[in-house]
Amino acid sequence: MHDVSSKRIAHLHTAPTTFIRKYVFSLDHKVIGKQYYGLALVAVFVGMVLSWLLRIHLAYPGWHIPFLSKLSAAGAPDGVMTPEYYLSLLTMHGTLMVFFVLTNAPFAAFGNYFLPIQIGAEDMAFPRFNMMSFWTTFLAFVVMMASFFVADGPPISGWTAYAPLSAVGGDAGPGLALGQDLWAISIAIFCIGSLLGALNFIATTLDLRTKGMSLARMPYSTWAWFVTSVIALLAFAVLLPACILLILDRVAGTSFFIPGGLILSDKLQPHSGGSPLLWQHLFWFFGHPEVYIAILPSIGIIATILPVFTRKPLLGPRAFIGSMVAIGFLSYMVWGHHMFVSGMNPFSANLFSVPTLVITIPATILTLLLTASIYGGKMRFDTPALFCLGFISVFISGGISGFYLAQPSLDTYLHATYFVVAHFHFVMAVASLFGVFAGTYFWFPKMFGRMMNETLGKWHFWLTFLGVYCVFMPMHYLGLVGNVRRYSAFVDDYLAPLIPVHKFITIAALLTGAAQLIFFGNLIWSRFRGPIAPENPWEATSLEWTTTSPPPFDNFGGNHPVVKNGPNEYGVGGTDGNDYVMQNAAPKSA
Amino acid sequence: MGKVFAVVLTLITLVSIAFFAMHTWWLPPDISTTGKAVDRQLDETLIGTGILFLAGQLMLGCFAWTASDKNRAKKIKPFPGGAAPLVTAAIILVGIEIFTLTFVGSKTWGAIYLTAAAPDSLRIDVQAEQFAFYFRYPGSDGKFGGVHPEKIDDGSGNYFGLDPASDVAARDDIVAASLVVPVNRPVSLALHSKDVGHSFYVRELRVQQDFVPGLDIPLHFTATQIGKYEIVCTQLCGLGHYNMKAYLEVMKEEDYEQWLKTQSGQ
Repeated sequence: MHDVSSKRIAHLHTAPTTFIRKYVFSLDHKVIGKQYYGLALVAVFVGMVLSWLLRIHLAYPGWHIPFLSKLSAAGAPDGVMTPEYYLSLLTMHGTLMVFFVLTNAPFAAFGNYFLPIQIGAEDMAFPRFNMMSFWTTFLAFVVMMASFFVADGPPISGWTAYAPLSAVGGDAGPGLALGQDLWAISIAIFCIGSLLGALNFIATTLDLRTKGMSLARMPYSTWAWFVTSVIALLAFAVLLPACILLILDRVAGTSFFIPGGLILSDKLQPHSGGSPLLWQHLFWFFGHPEVYIAILPSIGIIATILPVFTRKPLLGPRAFIGSMVAIGFLSYMVWGHHMFVSGMNPFSANLFSVPTLVITIPATILTLLLTASIYGGKMRFDTPALFCLGFISVFISGGISGFYLAQPSLDTYLHATYFVVAHFHFVMAVASLFGVFAGTYFWFPKMFGRMMNETLGKWHFWLTFLGVYCVFMPMHYLGLVGNVRRYSAFVDDYLAPLIPVHKFITIAALLTGAAQLIFFGNLIWSRFRGPIAPENPWEATSLEWTTTSPPPFDNFGGNHPVVKNGPNEYGVGGTDGNDYVMQNAAPKSA
Repeated sequence: MGKVFAVVLTLITLVSIAFFAMHTWWLPPDISTTGKAVDRQLDETLIGTGILFLAGQLMLGCFAWTASDKNRAKKIKPFPGGAAPLVTAAIILVGIEIFTLTFVGSKTWGAIYLTAAAPDSLRIDVQAEQFAFYFRYPGSDGKFGGVHPEKIDDGSGNYFGLDPASDVAARDDIVAASLVVPVNRPVSLALHSKDVGHSFYVRELRVQQDFVPGLDIPLHFTATQIGKYEIVCTQLCGLGHYNMKAYLEVMKEEDYEQWLKTQSGQ
């Protein structure tokens, strides 16, 4: 164990004095965490508005939305989007949400802010890298958003950017010239930022733990960020070269992903010898672990928060951490389940199916341990607790549909239908966001020194919880009928009877989205008007609750906490009237 | 609040399951020799996962109901038996489910994708392009003409790039916009793409297979019901993706022969 308290390492950098160094180019992990959170908020707002527009177009294709024609006169003449503009917005919705929200918010934002504090460190191991990783990610965001404003608009190839659609350039369709260039460049830049961040998280966790903070005593959230950063290091290290190869195919005339003899726009394409499946393999070798990059931090956040509100320890801490590590390990063996019908050798389907199904074992263990931890507790139903309960429910719902898609013989029917949309939205998007909501309501007092409004929080929870079930549960039924995803209109005979279901989903999506405005409002109101937060409002045990709200620049005011307990000391009696023991307090003899 | 959560969660769970159980929105009837096994696999998965879904959500609701902190003097209770039985149960129960599904499912998958087409199968060449499918029959000589991408010319109807001037086998090739097949006869498709990735999806056949540019991908089936079914593209292929479709027409053998004659006469 690394002992920083005895060495009294001076803080890695001095407190900033100028506005720019304090709030913009800051080296402070807490400011960088907030910057990531802010970026994720902007991205989620754009992504959510896009989803509204997409849903309106699907259910009410004739609606005129004047703002759309201002955004793109060609993409939405008279405010009604063209089929290609639908795909452009769909691509941007997926890309923004997966990369800039689900990767940034639970992992980069909360991880940056709380990982160092939870292990008793003053900052990240490499503060300059940390600043660089945020600003690199910010640059990636700017480049991505720029695609809205180029001639043909954003690419129409989806967030998966399958080659050769994404590789051959403008001959394949609108948005596939400059828009697709910007997409590939943005994702490559994003990879660099994520790699820097992942390295930093790993080094910080291994090297900067304070005295007494053994690995076994790390809070579950820290464990999750640590495991996630190992996954991210390996995953983004594959996506980065894949994007570079894609860019080379597009601008340098190479043919990594483009075979010979292709004719687009009546032109024989000047490529030969490439493999479209190579892109799919590289993309999904990143893409499947990415699912765990999105969900594991939220699992860790929920496991940290839930015991605070049940007032009893999490059941089976070792099994819990072991399951998170097992998921991280298995996540690299399953990418082919996205490709059962892709044209890869069908013998390999079973090879990818078995580990995919095996992942359900650690996932089931995690779910059972979280659920059973509620049993016999003294539950306090504050908003973070409600989102913990909601998380478990949507994680079960999303996980269950994984059983279907993991089987090649069912995927042959359900692949590329709304069943898949339902599955990944529940298990990856909604579950991960419930972790972010729980984390926000829980840690807001620490980050901003003010409590969030509980009434608004509860409204937000109930409307969101009901809303996501109304939006995504019916998509399973659509999938069973064989409703294909990524269609901008439903012209097939068998799809016409499903329009009423789409209308229901659209209305539910608009209402659920509107409920998020309560959350945005609560954030802003509470930031300025919320009641002043005490040091430890939730009576939690981990180290961030031993310092002021918000913490000082060096986190612990020059002291280095010495850890004497694990994070799980809830429900322990004692003479002090408290039912918990802080990680740095003397253990209770009782 | 725990009780409210439990009630809401139970309602959501029951309503969700009801629509599955009532088959309100369901698969169309299957029309292939391999589709029954897929449907059976789906039923087994539905029952297994339905039980897990119900048990998981109700357990969560139940614990939330009873864990209220109204009674401040209440003592917390440990979970009976601790974590070990839960972990063991997860490994055994989910393990059995995985083993069963894989054992049965791999046979179902194998019947569609790992068996060779019957030797007497009707061979049809399928080309996908932005945003249409074309189907090519070998004609009376039983041979397909060679494909020359540089000769592809949609304007003159030469979708496959055939060269009848110098290629005898190409002269009697029949190209159609619909996939017409005789009932109960094995059909062997070779899928290839002219431009980008596409997919061949016929719900009633329970098959889906991507077209990959640069590859010829085999797919075979036997349709057992006469009728007209939609073939749709399921791989994002560009702006007209939503509108890329064709029809599978399953006919009596004699009707098929008649159709073939009409086509070759054109």
